[in-house]
Formats: sequence, structure tokens, C-alpha cells
Amino acid sequence: METGWQAAGDLETTMIPSLAEATIRSFLDGAIGNAGWASLLAAVVHVALVAGFFGVPAGIFIWAERKISARIQDRLGPTRVGGRFGWLQAPADGLKLLQKEDLAPKAADQILFPMAPYIVVVSSLAAFMFLPFSDGWIAVSLDIGLYLMLAVMSLEVIGVILAGYSSGSKWALFGAMREAAQMVSYEIPMAICVVIPVVAAGSLNLNEIGALQGGWLGNWLIFHDPFTFATFFVYFVCATASCKRAPFDLAEAESELVAGFLTEYSGFRWSFFFLAEYASMFAVCGIATLLFLGGWHTGIPGLDESVQGLRGSSASWPLSWLANVLGFGVFFVKSSLLVCVQIWVRWTLPRLRIDQVMMTCLKYLVPISCTLFLGAVIWPLVLSATTGKTTLLGEPLGERAAPALEIQADTTMTGREGDLP
Amino acid sequence: MSNQPLFWIFALLTCGGAVGVVISQNIVRMAFSLIVSLGSTAGLFFLLEADFVGATQLLVYVGGTLVLLIFGVMLTASGPFQQIRVSPGETFLGAAVGLLLLSVIAFTVIDVEWDTLNAARTEASPGAESGNTARAIGLRLVGIPADHEIGVHEGRGGRTGYLLPFEIVSIHLLVVLVGAAYLARAKRRVADGSTGGEN
Repeated sequence: METGWQAAGDLETTMIPSLAEATIRSFLDGAIGNAGWASLLAAVVHVALVAGFFGVPAGIFIWAERKISARIQDRLGPTRVGGRFGWLQAPADGLKLLQKEDLAPKAADQILFPMAPYIVVVSSLAAFMFLPFSDGWIAVSLDIGLYLMLAVMSLEVIGVILAGYSSGSKWALFGAMREAAQMVSYEIPMAICVVIPVVAAGSLNLNEIGALQGGWLGNWLIFHDPFTFATFFVYFVCATASCKRAPFDLAEAESELVAGFLTEYSGFRWSFFFLAEYASMFAVCGIATLLFLGGWHTGIPGLDESVQGLRGSSASWPLSWLANVLGFGVFFVKSSLLVCVQIWVRWTLPRLRIDQVMMTCLKYLVPISCTLFLGAVIWPLVLSATTGKTTLLGEPLGERAAPALEIQADTTMTGREGDLP
Repeated sequence: MSNQPLFWIFALLTCGGAVGVVISQNIVRMAFSLIVSLGSTAGLFFLLEADFVGATQLLVYVGGTLVLLIFGVMLTASGPFQQIRVSPGETFLGAAVGLLLLSVIAFTVIDVEWDTLNAARTEASPGAESGNTARAIGLRLVGIPADHEIGVHEGRGGRTGYLLPFEIVSIHLLVVLVGAAYLARAKRRVADGSTGGEN
């Protein structure tokens, strides 16, 4: 899908000139000389890269979860597998799960039961196509990247419901129903929270939102106004719940429901659900990093400008590539810290009851997010009426979206007077 | 065109999913076939560079409507893995209606002169093939044509674009939801009263 996307379009008309895909494709085009094979190869490279970004952080976080939970509970955690700190614990877990027998209950639906883990994994993996890891390091750069990413991630719930239903077990069905109710409910405040920084930035393009937060710490959208600051925390709570993490892990409430919708799964299919869970944690934390915490920018004044200067068109490719590697490192560290906070919360707070989970969402988080949204919309109007400019600190970041609007208006201005409403 | 194979994959999946909905007897498997069909339709939209429509297809139909559908099926089913049985008369009626609809669509597709239409389309909006349709759609929604600069047509007399109808439809949907919630609650209270239990 990725190659078809750009193949028909003209590269000049896309918003980001330095797409990683375009670079790979033009390089292969020159090396092979056949456009069709080049775009196919570029697609393979991209799928491999996205799958790597999907799988490797998930493995790291599984290890981190074991270590952090152990430390919180005054244990040591894995110490021997692969050296001093149990580095190879996640691959060892994977190997163990691969060897397990792939069981399916007799009462299970024989088509849907094996299919359900793939739906969850695919929807989680597809979300990574729209996540920029550094400036221009994005598989599919779209004007509506954030919208599409949330749309794709919301498909995960279908896999969960099908898993619970097709298992032919009461535990699994109860777990799946709770899970589905929780995920569908928490999507509402999460979507409203996501819109608030979008309003501040004036764009749904994740790469653009990340790029305009450069400069210094005050340009991060979390410090844009008091409402975006509060929104970050509401978003983080909703994101934790939508990843079915504790204290919202009702579906897997071991003491009540055995293991929820996972009860009947074993071996590699079971591990697919967990891989998807950890990858989703990274994805929602990546969204939080991009929308609120400055994306791939360090936030140190001066450093960001010089790194951004390396990315300019005048620089040679190793330097701009190096700048992007640095940006990727910054992005990964920020997102990983957020994931560690999720792990920390999981091993600290007790689990909520199902009615408390739903009440937290519908009675508190939805009204809070709506109020924050209203406040974030009114804030620039009040500021411009009283102080004459739309932000308290520095220049308004949204201005970077405004010229893009004019460019778009110019390119499409060709004889469409006839169909005006 | 380099995405011709992709088109065939998505087209086959769309049709295969639709056939699966008709053939299958198990309701949840039907829902799954519908997911495949609607999801592949979203893929076809992406191939046509209509990214906003494709994303909305995924969010609304695959993510929203189908989840509701599965919920409905699961909550109303009396036994596990509910089956649907149709009588021969129903099969005949359904097939007749389906064939009529298919012939209407087929005749329309044959009648349209696609070459001249495509030429006119590319002439009218050369930027349409680059995707990124969201901005134009959004501007149209609030009544600003995408090919005009903002502020030029200030005095056009209360033109609201599609925003007002959209809002009216949304309020209607909200009313329906509130009504459904009210009806569901009222029924449960009556049932509780008759059994004499509480909660």
C-alpha cells in the first residue's frame, strides 16, 4: 500500500519533501532501473523497518516490565538469561512460547479463534505506518495521519471481541465484553484530548506537528497553554486504559476471570496478543510524545536549531541522516520514559472494579476533556482580545500551518467556479 | 500503473467478503466477512488517493458500526454460535433483489464514458491525484471553496456550507441515542419490579 500511495502522486505536492520512502525508492530506482521493482523493493524495506519498530521496542519493554516490576516488589527479576541483567529474557520468552502446543478448545469457532490474534497484531502494526520516528522518517505521511492512526488502532477491539466470542468459554466472553466496553468508551475522551493539541498546532499531520515544536522547551505543545498541559495527563490516563493496562486491566482480572479473553489461547497466538499490547503502549506514548512533548526535538535552545540546520537541503546526506538518527534517539527515549511510567503505574496502583472503570471514563474523563477542549478553543480568542496575540510565550506555533493553507489554495485554484454552492 | 495488483487484491477481498456474508450461516462469521469486505473497500479508497474517505470508512464502518453489530448479535443470541436458517422463498427473494441491484449497477458502469470523464476530472482538478484531500473537504464543510482564498467571499449571505446540515444530523443521532438509553433503562426497571428483586 505504501508504494502505491506515492507512486501515483507527484512528490512536489506532498507536504514533506524529505520522505524516507522517496529517498529509498529513488535510490533503488537508480540502482535497478525498473520503477516497478524499485517500488516493490522499497515497500519490502519499509515493511521490514516498520515491523522492526513494532517488534523490537515491544521486546525491550517486556524485559523492562519484568525488571521494573521486580524492583518495585523488592525482587531482582531476570538476572541470568544472556548475561548480567537478563538481557535475553524477551527472546527466551518468545522461544518458550514458540515451543508450546497450539491448543484450540473443541467448543471454539475453528476459523475465528485462530484469526483473532492476527487482527489485533495487524491493527497495532499498521498504526506504526503513520508514526514519524524522526523528521521525515515516516512510512506514510498524510495530512490526516493522526486521524488515520487512531482509526487503525481502534480496530484492535474487533480482534479482542472475536477472540472472546470464538473461544467458546464463559471467562473469555466476559473478559472480552468488559474489554470491548472499556476500549470503546475510552476512545471518546482520548479522541477529544488528541484534538486539543491539533487545534493548537493547526495540523493533523504528525510529522508537521512534530516539526513545529522545535526551538526550545516552551515550544512544546504541552506548554502551549494551561489547557494543553492538563490535557496531556488526561490523554495519558485514557491511553493507558485503551491499552488495557493496569489499573484498567479488567479483561485480564486473574482473580475473577482467569485471564479474560486470553484464557483459551496458548503458545504463539497468546504471545501475539502481548506483542500487540506492548507495541500499542509504544504507539500511544509515541503519539503523546509527538503531540505534547516536542517529538524528536531535545528542547534545549540552540541545539535544536543546529540539528535542524543539518537537515536542510544544503547539507550532505550523512549529516542530515545523522541528525535524524539523533532525533530518533530523542523520540525513542521520550516514548520509552512514558512507557516506563505506564509500567510503574501498573505495579503501584490496585485494579479498579468494572463499574469504577466505566464511571471514571463517562462521569469524569469525558466532561473533563470536553471542558478542556472548550477552554483550549476559547483561550486564544481571550488572549488576542486582551493582550493582542494568541499565545502567552513566544510566537504562535499555529502560524506555520497557515501558509500551508494558502499553498493548498493556490494549487487547486483552477476553473472550479461552476460548482460553487 | 504500479498499484494494479494491489487493486485486484483489494477488489477480490471486497467481493470475497461480500460473498462470505451471503454464504455463511454463522452470524459472527458473517460479521467477520463484513469486516473483510468493508476494510478492503477502505483499501480501495486509499488506492484512489481518497485518504480521508478511506480513514472514515475504517473508523465509522469497520471500527464503529461493526463493533455495535457484534455487540448486538452477542447480546441477543440465545445460544452459543447462533446460526441463521433461511427458507427457499427468502433465498429466491433475496437473490432477485440482489440481481436487480447488480444489473442496475452494471448498466450504469457500462453506460458511463470513463475516458472522457477521467480526462475532464484531471483537467478540472490536477491536484486531486496527490491525495491529501482532508483540507479541501474541511474547507467545503465550513462553506469555503478550496479554490478561493479565505476572506474573499465574506459577504455571501449566511452560506454555511455543509456544516449546518451535518450538525443537525448529529443532534438527531444524539436524540436517538438518548431515547434508546431511556427506553432500555425503563424496561429494566419494570422487569426488576415484577421479580421483586432490587438493583
